[in-house]
Amino acid sequence: MTNKQIEISAQDIGAIEKPANQARLVKAPEHFISQELIADINANGLDENRRGFLRKGFMSALGGAAAGLTAPLAMAAGEGDPAILEKQEWQTTLGKNVATMPYGVPSIYESNLIRRESPGLTRVSAASVAFTPLQGLFGTITPNGLHFERHHQGWYNLNPETHRLMVNGLVKNPRVFTMNDLMRLPSVSRTHFIECGANTGLEWGNVAVPTVQYTHGMLSCCEFTGVPLKVLLEECGADLKKGKFMLAEGGDGSGMTRTINLESCLNDTIVAWAMNGEMLRPENGFPLRLVVPGVQGVSWVKWLRRLEVGDMPWNAKDEAVHYIELMPDGSHRQYASIQECKSVITTPSGGQQLLDKGFYNVSGMAWSGRGKITRVDVSFDGGNNWRTARLETPILTKSITRFNIDWVWDGSPAILQSRAMDDTGYIQPTIKKLRDVRGTRSIYHNNAIQSWKLDSNGEVSNVQVG
Amino acid sequence: MFKLDKFSVRLGFAALIVMTAHQALAQSGSAKFPGIGRTATPAEVAAWDIDVRPDFKGLPKGSGSVEKGQAIWEAKCASCHGTFGESNEIFTPIAGGTTKDDVKTGKVASLKDMKQPQRTTLMKVPTVSTLWDYIYRAMPWNAPRSLTPDDTYAVVAFILSLGEIVPDDFVLSDKNIAEVKMPNRNGMTTKHGFWNVKDKPDVNGSSCMHNCVPFVQIGSTLPDFARNAHNNIAEQNRMYGPYRGADTTKPPIKQLPGASGEGLAHAADTHSSAAKGPAALFKNENCSACHAPNAKLVGPSIADIAKKYDGQSGAVDKLMAKVKAGGAGVWGSIPMPPQAQLSDEDRKTLVTWILSGGK
Repeated sequence: MTNKQIEISAQDIGAIEKPANQARLVKAPEHFISQELIADINANGLDENRRGFLRKGFMSALGGAAAGLTAPLAMAAGEGDPAILEKQEWQTTLGKNVATMPYGVPSIYESNLIRRESPGLTRVSAASVAFTPLQGLFGTITPNGLHFERHHQGWYNLNPETHRLMVNGLVKNPRVFTMNDLMRLPSVSRTHFIECGANTGLEWGNVAVPTVQYTHGMLSCCEFTGVPLKVLLEECGADLKKGKFMLAEGGDGSGMTRTINLESCLNDTIVAWAMNGEMLRPENGFPLRLVVPGVQGVSWVKWLRRLEVGDMPWNAKDEAVHYIELMPDGSHRQYASIQECKSVITTPSGGQQLLDKGFYNVSGMAWSGRGKITRVDVSFDGGNNWRTARLETPILTKSITRFNIDWVWDGSPAILQSRAMDDTGYIQPTIKKLRDVRGTRSIYHNNAIQSWKLDSNGEVSNVQVG
Repeated sequence: MFKLDKFSVRLGFAALIVMTAHQALAQSGSAKFPGIGRTATPAEVAAWDIDVRPDFKGLPKGSGSVEKGQAIWEAKCASCHGTFGESNEIFTPIAGGTTKDDVKTGKVASLKDMKQPQRTTLMKVPTVSTLWDYIYRAMPWNAPRSLTPDDTYAVVAFILSLGEIVPDDFVLSDKNIAEVKMPNRNGMTTKHGFWNVKDKPDVNGSSCMHNCVPFVQIGSTLPDFARNAHNNIAEQNRMYGPYRGADTTKPPIKQLPGASGEGLAHAADTHSSAAKGPAALFKNENCSACHAPNAKLVGPSIADIAKKYDGQSGAVDKLMAKVKAGGAGVWGSIPMPPQAQLSDEDRKTLVTWILSGGK
């Protein structure tokens, strides 16, 4: 048989682009593919009939789901659910081969859950934000393809072979590391949340956006792997007595620079190359980024190329013009870095539609830049009465903790809220309490309790209480 | 046996020097991690360590006049920031909102009285080093690191003159930059609980469990006209499971749909991949960096292009040629770079789509 005979085109398998030499029908181990089919294809090649046979598994997904729609009618007739009574295509035909998609992608039924921009928020796509669809996520880990994006001058696929990390400033001798060097060093893997300082920033004055994707979607949580910053700085002979500050610089066009507080962050910061078990995605800083647990995302410098130890802050553009918070007295808070304890109910959340009354598992995320989540309370009446939710384990420091609470909805209007507490004793405040101190013009660090109003028609909407 | 005479040692050094960079540069791993990393050369540190601190450590020698700065500004900066730094088209304005009195006090009064609708850069930035550092490292937007130190002094001088912080005949240099009095130099505070993890927060919530707010009042909701402003929320949620997205192309439904979800869209209805077609091409090929549907950005809007060429024969061929070769003069002086990477088919798809007004 020739290679030509056994190639299957991308259309046949509904797959995305992939290397041609992998797009082959390969004999599966054991008896996964019938010997008749293999023999038939080997003898006759892939004609339209045989393609059709291979395609069936894909096409049947559509037909099967459509059949599901008739379920209630059939049930009413007392026969039973056609999804059970009738044989589905995927029960009666051959499925797709292994490695049909050499890099797997989500089900075609998941295509609604993608990163999205908020219209009107930024006017240039290279300096914009794409939000994580928190309304569709489970557990605590953000899939790599859904990690939120924020770039200041566009993103690149940096060549890892020519990427360098320089460490200079208050060190015994300035040093250069290649990726080959860095990835030989002792590494750690730790799960942390990353949240943009401006997350929920659109909502300081009033309700501005409809769903949790846009209110809270500059939030992600991954397991990051890399070398501890402390190991690297000590290796370079950093003067950590005099050097209380560190400049982190990115290799992108904006040359993103941020001052890192070494007194506060030295012990848990990571110079990371991996997220969730694979190398960083280019949008998230491939091949190297700084991970500064608990600190706002802008400090997690992407495409990291230089670390400079110093004895004073740098007042870089993104710490002297942006990422500063306007207070009612006309002053700006500068170097406000830590992301305070915060939580949000993700299901149900703004823009979602409940189908019916009855039982629901109300679920959300809680996190704190100062430590571990100790408790989350949920209110269904706008904050008048509260019940304590279940926390899923493990509960990790400066990481997302998933909470759940049982609820039987009786069909009457409700206002859902969650409030988180961390191991410093801090309790997530209301938007009113925050405004009383900080006004409405600060943009950053809005960690207020989020309110979702559920109407009797089952639609959930974003509201603010008080 | 291993004793080398001086000549051999010198030969060895010479050989080292001409070897490729990663072999030749001295490996200087510590005792802890031998063989990992090497010492940076002075030239390497100089090439990358370009940051300028508030105490002007790192500032290169040089100078530039307001006049020269204006010329650079008009050529390289005005397209995004406006001739007088006032533009709000793409980024927030650079100049405006500061007074002579602010320069004296070091605190911008309009930040408190809220008479300015928007905060400009000069209303916020406390240190002139910030302007110098950022312009030198990251501007212009589409060609960062293309300004010389003297160019940078000139552009900073021009910006300062826009804010009447320096006179129009000023020449900014490394000698006098420390004397520049920024209008908001006393406007920053670090007295807050957000720098060190051990700091005390400024606000704290309540742990009240029952009868906490007997009268719950809704203070803000999303206005009806914004219902579909983020496009159809139904298409941003799963079409199965306990929650669907509301169909925001229509008013809210009158009653609960019921367990079957009758009348709502289902999983089988939406399973096409999102990013396809001319709109996705427009975004993926970075056209959207300069062209928006309705507003003028760096380049004209899709609507304006469609209007201009409406009904013209040969418009597709003409624009296809323009997209391939680039051009300037039709919509202003800012040139559109050639887009030679596009296939003829993609160019045709894009141009046809643009001429249809992006429909």
